[in-house]
Amino acid sequence: MRTIKAETIHNAVVDLVLTAARYLPEDVKQAIADARENEDSASAREILGQLLENAELAASSGLPLCQDTGVGIFFVELGDQVHVEGNLIEVINKAMIEGYEKGLLRKSLCHPLTRANTGDNSPAVVHVDIVPGDKINIKHMAKGGGSENMSRCTMLTPAQGWEGIKEFVVRRMAEAGPNPCPPTIVGIGIGGTFDLAPALAKKALFRPLSEPNPDPELAKMEEELLAEINKLGIGPMGLGGKTTSLGVKIEMRPCHIASLPLAVNVQCHSSRIKEVEI
Amino acid sequence: MATYELTAPLCDEDVKKLKAGDVVKLTGIIYTARDAAHKRLCDMLDKGEELPFDLKGAVIYYVGPSPAPEGRPIGSAGPTTSYRMDSYAPRLHSLGVKATIGKGKRSAEVRKALEDHTGVYFGATGGAGALLSQCIDKAEVIAFDELGPEAIRKLTVTKFPLLVVNDSYGNEQYAKPNYDL
Repeated sequence: MRTIKAETIHNAVVDLVLTAARYLPEDVKQAIADARENEDSASAREILGQLLENAELAASSGLPLCQDTGVGIFFVELGDQVHVEGNLIEVINKAMIEGYEKGLLRKSLCHPLTRANTGDNSPAVVHVDIVPGDKINIKHMAKGGGSENMSRCTMLTPAQGWEGIKEFVVRRMAEAGPNPCPPTIVGIGIGGTFDLAPALAKKALFRPLSEPNPDPELAKMEEELLAEINKLGIGPMGLGGKTTSLGVKIEMRPCHIASLPLAVNVQCHSSRIKEVEI
Repeated sequence: MATYELTAPLCDEDVKKLKAGDVVKLTGIIYTARDAAHKRLCDMLDKGEELPFDLKGAVIYYVGPSPAPEGRPIGSAGPTTSYRMDSYAPRLHSLGVKATIGKGKRSAEVRKALEDHTGVYFGATGGAGALLSQCIDKAEVIAFDELGPEAIRKLTVTKFPLLVVNDSYGNEQYAKPNYDL
């Protein structure tokens, strides 16, 4: 058994929160730069240029990339040979609160009905998986509301299969149009259960754009869906162009013989993700 | 497609010359308001109370900025998605609001209100909050301070870059997706 101090986790999480909000991941920057080269329309090139400029400015000024600094989401892989001193969920939540305060990040969480702001961006959304080993891996995503609102979950019939999945995803992205700040990154969860599919869809968004699914079949499906979405012609900010999405990421799990759960988690171009292994 | 330099508050003549696709560099005074602030403004109108700012010629920016670092007037300040304000916008346009700034599609009711009341919907680049904040010289909370990021702020902006998405003639600049919705 390896003992990890609460303080070590706390410091790592504060750093994740501060870094994710300000620095656009290199692969996303590269994908935006490549998309800009590929665009024929002047407005599409102009917008993609602004996004690159914004990323540079955020990195140099300390301002967050986007004013919507999102919900603090964490996917934790906790080794079964790890003993955490203190309560893991509590530690992560406290560190998230400190990070949002320190980084002058917007506190966006509120009571669902009265809409009263919780004041400190709490509670963090924390998913924990127990895995073999003596390490903790913490993945953090600062998820904005605009793109999250465009996400959808459905229960298809088994007969609908891959064609049904494609139809649902492409229609959803067509309906979302300019709203989720295209170019987007689309996370797809296939299978599992009603509750698991959206978690898979969100988890998929952590895989770098440069990494296709390790399963060649799923990698082919990701490629096909990306091509279909980009054929929509919605383009950067919905003003037309070839780049409606920068990538599609699929995670799949077995499901019940009666079911075909499907979730689409839409991520904006400002993909604020960062992970650490302790 | 033309580029205009305009000063807010706006008048009918300003709005009438704008066509979907035009670029506008906006200077002057604009007001921030998003979900909760819009609800409060409309509640105040229902009760016949005086609003915290003059709606005549007003430009409303749908934004909830991040907190201001020391030495800067405001933090990141890009547009939020506009459709959530669609249920309030026609009423505000009928009372004198000339323009709103946001991102994403507007409802048929809002588009009609723009035609009926000579209004315009501007798009700003979503997710470029750090960049756009550079055009904001001054920010002052003038109402609903307790709403935090959703409070109403009076902003002084210089050459704030905007695109005319919906003009007062029923035109829209967004691309129609190649999909039969």
